[in-house]
Amino acid sequence: MSDKRRKLNLRTGHVDLSHGSGGRAMAHLIADVFHAAFNNEWLARGNDQAAFDVGQGRMVMTTDGYVISPLFFPGGNIGSLAVHGTINDVAMAGARPLYLSASFIIEEGFALAELKQIADAMGAAAREAGVPIVTGDTKVVERGKADGVFISTTGIGALPDGLDLSADKARAGDRVLVSGTLGDHGIAVMSKRANMTFDTDLVSDSAALHGLVAAMVAADGAGIRVMRDPTRGGLAATLNELAQQSGVGFRINEESIPVRPAVAAACELLGLDPLNVANEGKLVAIVAPEAAQGLLAAMRAHPLGQDAVDIGEVIADDHRFVQMTTSFGGGRIVDWLSGEQLPRIC
Amino acid sequence: MKYVDEYRDGNRARQLAEVIAATAAPDRLYRFMEFCGGHTHAISRYGLEDLLPDNIRMIHGPGCPVCVLPAGRIDMAIALAQRPEVTLCVYGDLMRVPGSQRNSLLRAKAAGADVRMVYSTLDAIAIAEQQPAREVVFFAIGFETTTPPSAMAIRLATEKRLGNFSIFCNHVLTPPAIQAILDGVDLADPDQVALDGFVGPAHVSTVIGTRPYEYFAETFAKPVVIAGFEPLDVMQAILMLVQQVNEDRHQVENQYIRAVNRDGNQRAQAAVAEIFELRAQFEWRGLGLIPHSGLKLKPAYAGFDAECRFEMPELTAADNPACECGTILRGVKKPADCKLFGTVCTPDNPMGSCMVSSEGACAAHWTYGRFRDIQRKAS
Repeated sequence: MSDKRRKLNLRTGHVDLSHGSGGRAMAHLIADVFHAAFNNEWLARGNDQAAFDVGQGRMVMTTDGYVISPLFFPGGNIGSLAVHGTINDVAMAGARPLYLSASFIIEEGFALAELKQIADAMGAAAREAGVPIVTGDTKVVERGKADGVFISTTGIGALPDGLDLSADKARAGDRVLVSGTLGDHGIAVMSKRANMTFDTDLVSDSAALHGLVAAMVAADGAGIRVMRDPTRGGLAATLNELAQQSGVGFRINEESIPVRPAVAAACELLGLDPLNVANEGKLVAIVAPEAAQGLLAAMRAHPLGQDAVDIGEVIADDHRFVQMTTSFGGGRIVDWLSGEQLPRIC
Repeated sequence: MKYVDEYRDGNRARQLAEVIAATAAPDRLYRFMEFCGGHTHAISRYGLEDLLPDNIRMIHGPGCPVCVLPAGRIDMAIALAQRPEVTLCVYGDLMRVPGSQRNSLLRAKAAGADVRMVYSTLDAIAIAEQQPAREVVFFAIGFETTTPPSAMAIRLATEKRLGNFSIFCNHVLTPPAIQAILDGVDLADPDQVALDGFVGPAHVSTVIGTRPYEYFAETFAKPVVIAGFEPLDVMQAILMLVQQVNEDRHQVENQYIRAVNRDGNQRAQAAVAEIFELRAQFEWRGLGLIPHSGLKLKPAYAGFDAECRFEMPELTAADNPACECGTILRGVKKPADCKLFGTVCTPDNPMGSCMVSSEGACAAHWTYGRFRDIQRKAS
């Protein structure tokens, strides 16, 4: 039977409740928007799940929800972010990401053109990363019950033999490496928020880091203790989490921490600390001291780690403080944020 | 960042620290209060305490407008926001400030109140224009620095004949607070920490100039140095204060000559004088009632005054009796001397004013400097 349905109006149409009803309209939406964008053999089979071979050894699995305002920002959108973020969570175990799933909660009235733009960005990001989106789900909720679109992605990956990175493995004497400049994503997103009025050429650093991780594992996997991507809460939250989980302290050097002038200037304007600002294409690696130079060289040889630096060390500290030697030579704590980072009045 | 990086040069700071150490007499104690939260933030953020000799002690004053707002005024704002017709516009760092009953505007928002975070009074005006059916109220707080923008908002709302815009005025004044601190420190009591001088607020002085501080310098024989908020500004101000103390001088000096003069910004002062008048008294969190220390809208502008427009009852709430904010703000005690500090009172669960915003004395010490307490105990 030929398909005589009317095509979705992807230019001016909107998502309505029928697109989440489980009926023909939903099938058309999935076919025209998601299958078209993700386009791979698993989705093409049209099942409610994807079947694939698994290798020997240990697998890695993670899931994450993406809620961001605005949905589109310089350097990406919620779709590319949902792919990069989950690939990175798999990669931080040292694993090779294999497959993704994607779940969408869409608000009634959401423009189909924007949904297609998001799906296309996801498809492009997944293809570029070599990690297909093999299964998914779509729900539509009434107007006012969601903020445009929410995306959840789940990723699975394969862990190379002998690799066992974990947040409880940082030890006194280890070095702290970061793969590049901090705060680019958070400031790029903030610059486009409603009632923010600063202009910047900054783009989000959103990127899939598994290639960089693979290069590091190849160079000296045994020398890596922990890896983590400093997303929400920035470097400060990441180091405080690791301090708690490993029962250690950190001493980092402010002068070593790479921050672009545009990020520093925006933080100055808004009363924010770049160490608390989110990143989506950077990693922090805690590494054995003897492995630090080799790993740093491997990071710098990769396009996503060109600006990698050693920013300090792990220290023995029962109080689990993250301490920083300031550019003035004084000392301070780098603490967790208390709640959301809010601009100061003056 | 030209005009900023110059004031954050670590090498210059170390040179200046050597000069300060060489200038300070080793056999005497120098106790300087930085009034303003901006200075407190710079001192903590850059670890300046580590660059100063042990006999120079910085005391963090009450100059954080968020910290000194009493819980009762937050309760009033929450009650206002809970009115179904009201949209309350607030600066971001007010959102988490606890009123009494552990409530805050952030929690009120979560419970359904229409609370919007704004970055300027103009944002609030824009919301009022966009939503003529709503009563848009701007939660105005701050010292002399943020008062002129509130005055300009009233002027603009008058020009635009905005019938749905008002402000909940909580603007306070710096000089009466300094007076209250000096009145509250018993100089004859050797157990109390006396103050040897003030680092004066920079942004406030861009509006009011340096002249209002001359009274304190003369009457209380306290040197005052008006200083910028960059770390090198603060270091230089400390050196200037040390020199005044050494020479037994007590004058108002201006370190922040790039923005401040003796008479201030007279256009801004005129705008404030046109719209606002003194309250008989105003409550400060941690310091209590201070005469003539707050502003309200003049009767001619009562239509823009949320307290008149909505007949808001004056709410008061007592501070926790174990809280030492009052003595900390006067320099008598340090944050770690308070029994609540770091136990029940933390930035995640502030009990007193000094822990409320990141610029408060206790919050700054907790966030940036509490490792020193452990080092002191260990040594």
